[in-house]
Amino acid sequence: MNERSKQTIRRSSERSERAIRHGTPREVLTAPHPLLSSVAEPVDPTDPVVVAAAADLLATLRHESSTTGLAASQIGLRLRLIAFDTRVHPRGRSSAGELVVANPRLARASHWDHGREGCASIPGLTADVLRATRITVHGHLPGTGEAVTIEADAFEARCIQHQLDHLDGLLFLDRVPGALSLHRRLHSCDA
Amino acid sequence: MGLSAVTVLGVDRPGVIAAVTGSLADCGANIQDSTMTLLGGHVAMMLLVSGDLDSAELLKRLRAPDLVVTASAIEARRHFCEDGGGLGYVLTVHGPDRPGIISAISAVLAADGGNITGMSTRLTGRLYVLIADVELPKEVDVAALMRRLAAVGASLDSEITFRPVEPDLL
Repeated sequence: MNERSKQTIRRSSERSERAIRHGTPREVLTAPHPLLSSVAEPVDPTDPVVVAAAADLLATLRHESSTTGLAASQIGLRLRLIAFDTRVHPRGRSSAGELVVANPRLARASHWDHGREGCASIPGLTADVLRATRITVHGHLPGTGEAVTIEADAFEARCIQHQLDHLDGLLFLDRVPGALSLHRRLHSCDA
Repeated sequence: MGLSAVTVLGVDRPGVIAAVTGSLADCGANIQDSTMTLLGGHVAMMLLVSGDLDSAELLKRLRAPDLVVTASAIEARRHFCEDGGGLGYVLTVHGPDRPGIISAISAVLAADGGNITGMSTRLTGRLYVLIADVELPKEVDVAALMRRLAAVGASLDSEITFRPVEPDLL
């Protein structure tokens, strides 16, 4: 991501941040909860209900310190909202910072690679999953409704794709490439 | 040179693998294929071994007080890069734990001549996960099979994905 894009996201996200400041952390649902297998609904990012949901999602992400991303379905809301923050992750390269995105849509994906990932909703397991390591995602910021484009790579790209899967009712388990690719969780550096 | 299938079971501790493979090396046996895992604190190992010693002799050499070992001569069939006539798929099942998930799913596959070539299952909390490598005969109607799997999955309250294996030839 170039410097101008980063600054644009930063300014937009600061405005969005003001709008969704006061959230409440919610319980993270764990599989096999049926909501985790359901497809989330598109949202109006300026709707106060959606802004409140985004605030709760962000508050939950901040509360779950070992998690770098969450989708709204993980806190019991069938809304197309994701939140992520990979700034301090050891496998991170690009970083859009701490962000909540409404109606995110994968526009471009390339440079596929396998990597280990886990999920806050599946404690105890990880797997090697094939993901694009360079992606472009379009979406809107809750509150202002401003359009945003994120270009991500490496771990941030993996994290965002993991959250996008949640919006379609898919878990990383649905993408495991083979019987020997499922592992007991040994570390916490996962999506 | 004969082939033997060796299985090793025992309580897990550091050095189990070293002890077994060391004994095999001392016999001049060559490990061709092997797999090993831990299940509930127990080590489970299976090895395909070639060498001059017959299975009875191997068993004598591998005997250890804390391990259950079996060895038997086998006619191994190996087909590397041949047209085996099958199509590779990966099956994923996840849902609430209950008895009978593997038998229900594997029966659907078997009815179409599907062969499970690798499988691992894990239970974590209430979540039961099954991942299987499956080889299907070319003539199988995959779409119909997927519908049957989905129906069985729904009856088990489980989610099922069934997709072609990712090609890893670069």
